[in-house]
Amino acid sequence: MDISEAKSQFPIFSKKINGKQLVYLDSSNSAQKPLSVIKSLDNFYKNEFSNIGRSIHTLSVNATNKFEETRMNVKNFINASSKDEIIFTKNATESINLVATTFGQQHIKQGDEILITELEHHSNYIPWHYLRVNKGAVINFAPINDDGDILINKFKELITPKTKVIALTHLSNVTGTIVPIKEIVEIAKKKNIPVLVDGCQSAPHIKIDVKDLDCDFYAISGHKVYGPTGVGVLYAKKKWLENLPPYIGGGGMISEVKKDKVTYAPPPEKYEAGTMPTAEVVAFNESIKFMQSIGIENIIKHENELTNYALENMKKINSVNIVGNPKNKAGVISFTIKGVHPHDISTIVDEEGVAIRAGHHCCQILHERLNLPATARASFGIYNTKEDIDIFCKAIENCRKVFELK
Amino acid sequence: MDLKQLYQDIILEHGKSPRNFGRCEKHTHEAKGYNPLCGDKVQIFLNLNKEKKVENLTFEGSGCAISMASTSIMTELVKGKSLEGAKKIVFNFLDMIKNTQEIKSEELDEDQKTIIMSLSGVKQYPMRVKCATLAWHTLNSAMLEKKEEVNTEAMD
Repeated sequence: MDISEAKSQFPIFSKKINGKQLVYLDSSNSAQKPLSVIKSLDNFYKNEFSNIGRSIHTLSVNATNKFEETRMNVKNFINASSKDEIIFTKNATESINLVATTFGQQHIKQGDEILITELEHHSNYIPWHYLRVNKGAVINFAPINDDGDILINKFKELITPKTKVIALTHLSNVTGTIVPIKEIVEIAKKKNIPVLVDGCQSAPHIKIDVKDLDCDFYAISGHKVYGPTGVGVLYAKKKWLENLPPYIGGGGMISEVKKDKVTYAPPPEKYEAGTMPTAEVVAFNESIKFMQSIGIENIIKHENELTNYALENMKKINSVNIVGNPKNKAGVISFTIKGVHPHDISTIVDEEGVAIRAGHHCCQILHERLNLPATARASFGIYNTKEDIDIFCKAIENCRKVFELK
Repeated sequence: MDLKQLYQDIILEHGKSPRNFGRCEKHTHEAKGYNPLCGDKVQIFLNLNKEKKVENLTFEGSGCAISMASTSIMTELVKGKSLEGAKKIVFNFLDMIKNTQEIKSEELDEDQKTIIMSLSGVKQYPMRVKCATLAWHTLNSAMLEKKEEVNTEAMD
């Protein structure tokens, strides 16, 4: 599919917001859904619904096959070695919690160090914070510069013999920084330290190849990749899934259960206890297929063009300050306007049908580092156009009018 | 919805030049308020004299135009009132935001009621109501001598 046709696949854009055409610039928060994903959910519940993996009847066998098809396609999408390295979770947050909890249980002792960065979303900080509380671990924050790039030399200095795990984002949801994961994994490998990558923001926007990155864990949220809510992915190298303890206990994750002994199923089932979000996992396959049909190279090209166009036009507006200027930037632009608080910006542009986010975007550490209580953020997706950016910039101009700024 | 209903001139003016801004060194009561959704923070300093009258009421903090204006207007209207009167004004304001069309208060004159009604525009913007109420809840907390920080997410 040509990317110019992408927008027409999203039913939400036929809706009016405040009487205006919707300009959705909040994809970093959650992406809209193409018709194929919505239809898949509808179809699965209408015609194909059954629980998976437990029953022998036809519906169950078919549902199981469809569920596993998604697993196979996720494996292809991120270039994992085996589909058994793909665990379905609720979202990337749960994926990171799974790793922090099970890895922490087995490998973290009092005084051990966990290295994260100042860019991290709360979801890649709080799960590790629990290990600080429960195990006496130490969390170190690799610093960034004002551009929003991680200072690699400082990062290296923070790796000590006590560093047990490194966890960092692939793409900042505030500055749009694309983090050089491959370079960081190479540094970590020399010291034999596993690396978890929070791929929540990167999955919809850049090419992901976990084999090439050589990271140990990679977390994705389905809803940000044009898929349904309630589905996340944890990629983990097989050795980890085989050797780490299980996470949530219950049905489906066991091998044998006795009064005095329980053995667990091999991965991925070992980490998928209870009834999974079956319809959502099945529909998630459609969102990946949708991205594949456009092609990640085309998506990157389109979003780069939009980002450059937006930056160019936003910089023309005197009072706008763009937050960060990273070396490699994706379609996430956080900004402030002198004299107008981000929440007021968001309310004012919403009147024009423009949906942006305002606040700390679950990155209080980063906002503290940048010395900003809050920012406004525009983030792009497959469906955005230059016309959207024009409407957005006009709406920003309106902030100055409402606030009677010169 | 009309943005001018929300951003009335009086709100923009108070937002730009908030009254009674800054810590007042001599105070008998203080409280902190926090809106975790947006990061807005406010600290209220209240000085009651021997007759239990609000001799001074100031604030520090950062936030959007609505929250700054609401706090500024509150300090102006409550200063000089008795403790009981101040409590009634806070109750009347929160009641207006949540329940009623007009502000009902025996403590305020018509001009003061007009000023306070400039904040009623937030009722059309449910996500912004807490911007307007944070300071008032915090003042209440100061008057009731509560120790813990006011958290808008723990409120109705």
